[in-house]
Amino acid sequence: MKDVISLGVLGGILTSMIRLATPFLYAAIGETFAQTSGVVNLGVDGIMLLSAYGAFYVALNTGNLWLALLTAAAIGLLMGLLMSFISVTLKAEQGISGIGLYMFGLGMSSLLFKITIGTVKTIDGFQPVRIPLLGDIPGIGPILFDHSLPVYGAFLLVPIAWWVLDKTTLGLKIKSVGQNPAAADSLGINVDRIRYFSVCLGAVLAGLAGASLSTALVDLFQDNLTAGQGFIAVALVYFGGWNPWGVMGGAFLFSIVNSIQLWMQVIGVKIPSDVAVMLPYLLTIAALMITVNRVRQPAALNKPFERGES
Amino acid sequence: MKPKIQDIKSQRIQHVEMRDIVKRFPGVLANSKVSFDVRAGEIHALLGENGAGKSTLMRQLYGLYQPDEGEIVIDGKPYVFRSPADAIRAGIGMIHQHFMLVPTLTVTQNVALGLRSSREPLLDLDKVTRRIQGLSEAYGLKVDPHAFVWQLSVGEQQRVEIMKALYRGASLIILDEPTAVLTPQEVKDLFATLRRMVQEGHSLVFISHKLHEVMDISDRVTVLRDGKVIGTRPTHKVTRGELVKMMVGRELKEPEPRSLKPGPAALKIEGLKTVGDRGTEALHGIYLEIHSGEILGLAGVSGNGQRELAECLAGMRKATAGRIAIGESDITTFTLNQRIDSGMAYIPEERMRDGAIREFSVEENIYLHDHSFAPYTHGIFLDFSQMASHAIDLVNEYALKTPSLDTPLKNLSGGNIQKLIMARELSRHPKALIAAQPTRGVDIGATEYIHQRLLAQREAGTAILLISEDLDEIRTLSDRIAIIYEGRIVGVVQRGQATIEQIGLMMAGVSMKEAMHG
Ligand SMILES: Nc1ncnc2c1ncn2[C@@H]1O[C@H](COP(=O)(O)OP(=O)(O)OP(=O)(O)O)[C@@H](O)[C@H]1O
Ligand SMILES: [Mg+2]
Repeated sequence: MKDVISLGVLGGILTSMIRLATPFLYAAIGETFAQTSGVVNLGVDGIMLLSAYGAFYVALNTGNLWLALLTAAAIGLLMGLLMSFISVTLKAEQGISGIGLYMFGLGMSSLLFKITIGTVKTIDGFQPVRIPLLGDIPGIGPILFDHSLPVYGAFLLVPIAWWVLDKTTLGLKIKSVGQNPAAADSLGINVDRIRYFSVCLGAVLAGLAGASLSTALVDLFQDNLTAGQGFIAVALVYFGGWNPWGVMGGAFLFSIVNSIQLWMQVIGVKIPSDVAVMLPYLLTIAALMITVNRVRQPAALNKPFERGES
Repeated sequence: MKPKIQDIKSQRIQHVEMRDIVKRFPGVLANSKVSFDVRAGEIHALLGENGAGKSTLMRQLYGLYQPDEGEIVIDGKPYVFRSPADAIRAGIGMIHQHFMLVPTLTVTQNVALGLRSSREPLLDLDKVTRRIQGLSEAYGLKVDPHAFVWQLSVGEQQRVEIMKALYRGASLIILDEPTAVLTPQEVKDLFATLRRMVQEGHSLVFISHKLHEVMDISDRVTVLRDGKVIGTRPTHKVTRGELVKMMVGRELKEPEPRSLKPGPAALKIEGLKTVGDRGTEALHGIYLEIHSGEILGLAGVSGNGQRELAECLAGMRKATAGRIAIGESDITTFTLNQRIDSGMAYIPEERMRDGAIREFSVEENIYLHDHSFAPYTHGIFLDFSQMASHAIDLVNEYALKTPSLDTPLKNLSGGNIQKLIMARELSRHPKALIAAQPTRGVDIGATEYIHQRLLAQREAGTAILLISEDLDEIRTLSDRIAIIYEGRIVGVVQRGQATIEQIGLMMAGVSMKEAMHG
């Protein structure tokens, strides 16, 4: 075993952890915004799927990766608008409408894939960009600073999200609407508008999560490409205690187990591959059980707001 | 930092008028052609029984509801408020009956919420903090800007609410039952602040069920009954008796002194201990014995273990030591249901949380517990006609004001919800009754009614533990008074044996020996 856990292997695992964390970061940070405002969007995975397809389709046909990202964001926005209309304006049960959104995204992406592409094809996705100087630091340089642009973007998102939530007037409004919408309303804040904004922002980020998968990580699209990653992202929000840094910790934990699991399969450790694939998910459930933090949970999570019910 | 009062005063609203306001809810005419006005430098009190339409009227002035008819005129100009944002812009602030604060945020953040920042889109919390400190000084309003709201006492939270309104430059501030949740000392502090505000040219609307407060603080009084204005009077030209008559439509009967020999001990509490929400011991061994046909009043400043004691007796909190018995049967380990079956009834302090289900109808709330027993069942089926007729009887007997049996409980006024819980609990003819703050937030008409019911239940032989922070209530109703302090009973006195001052001393922790003789 000694030479197996060499520095090189460790570097490989860490590099792949950072890559694998990317879609989780986009999706889970987005979901953090939605949930902080009081809306649970369980449709993240559906949004990711349809956007991953859209981005891939555009990239395949135009070769323009930026247009691909834009397409994914637009699909996310539309699905976010749908989700907010159902759960904020019509005040429908959020869990159910989220599942509905997921089913829609899953079915629609699969249908469109069959009609327009048919077989698994690959594209030239985003290539790694080595950052000068930083990328040359021995050891950590290649691990941290030799990735594609969407990966860097995901990590930039964490401090930005924290900054928005903690330092801006908008962030304060989002938090208050999720904790006590009646109080926010009584101060003249438009609760519905803030929730629309947060859900749509979350959905756009879920769209980018899908695009990062199909245009930067695996460079292909297939049926159910995400394999439930959107649901894991929702779990990571709880795990991270509605805090972007916590969410990032969760994404790392999940991805490192995932990348170790991949590496074990590569070197042929003798456990069934299905069990190996299951490991990160099991870990997520276990971690959730230990870390549920009811105190930080937005008090109005999952509760539609209607004025005058005090 | 102190603002130049003269400049600000002249910008303040001089006169707010509500003219012929009509507001309907399904099945209820909440306001019927109500006219009401407030001037700068005035405290205008709004009186009326539960459900008279006070909160509804003020919520329209604050833009939370829109009037169906009528208009709002400020300094001669008509205004339409579509949302609180409009009202805030016009210089109106409101302190709600239920506080509107975000517990997970700090005081400063709560104040800054929804305001334009000087560094948009960034927050300017340091500036907000400094202005809070300035206002805090100018108005004698003690608040710690850095504290989290969940750490604050009720009185402090209320000061934050007032701060929010002042910070937004509110000229007219509406206070909806601000004193219902305060201790007497906190009420004093609040009144000092209110007087200060009036001096600085604010106009205030003050809603309360407590007549002595209204007499003490207000310049004018308007009385509402069933959504209509009965009259508006200068406070110094009206007596308490007249106000009562205007509110209730009749004069109130003082409960008569009574004589009844208490029977055998019906509720026994021996060495009861329990742990509070914070994990520390809240009761350190309570001994009490309540006889059938007796009301034992439990006096004390809130937070000295009253709530934990009530919950322990009702079976909602586990006793860590000691024993509770009804008659001869030990119920210490009984579940809630078993306790009810052994003859325990409970009127909880948090009536909306522990005593009833908001979304359920009046009827459903009435047979909430008893639905699984005769006469409401046929085998495994519910007998709805039996239930309905029982519900109608109770609604009539207790004069519950409700549009129908199917009305969701949340649409009833506070006093009526309390009456419903009473009706349900007493209709089981309990052996022991725990009544925790039975008249808090309840109007004087309903209070009188609840008092009469408690006395009638005493005649019927129930042992009653009356927990109240209202010393007058305790003194009028109780046969004996026990005083609780920091989870211990410091003394038990007979009716009429101790003065208010002596009881007050014991409530502050002075031993009975010292309080009675020292
Ligand atoms: N949102 C609502 N929907 C339906 N009915 C309502 C609503 N709000 C109030 N009502 C009804 O309107 C009437 C007036 O209620 P309101 O809350 O104004 O009374 P109040 O004078 O403030 O009473 P309290 O002293 O108990 O606070 C009551 O009959 C109440 O049941
Ligand atoms: Mg009211």
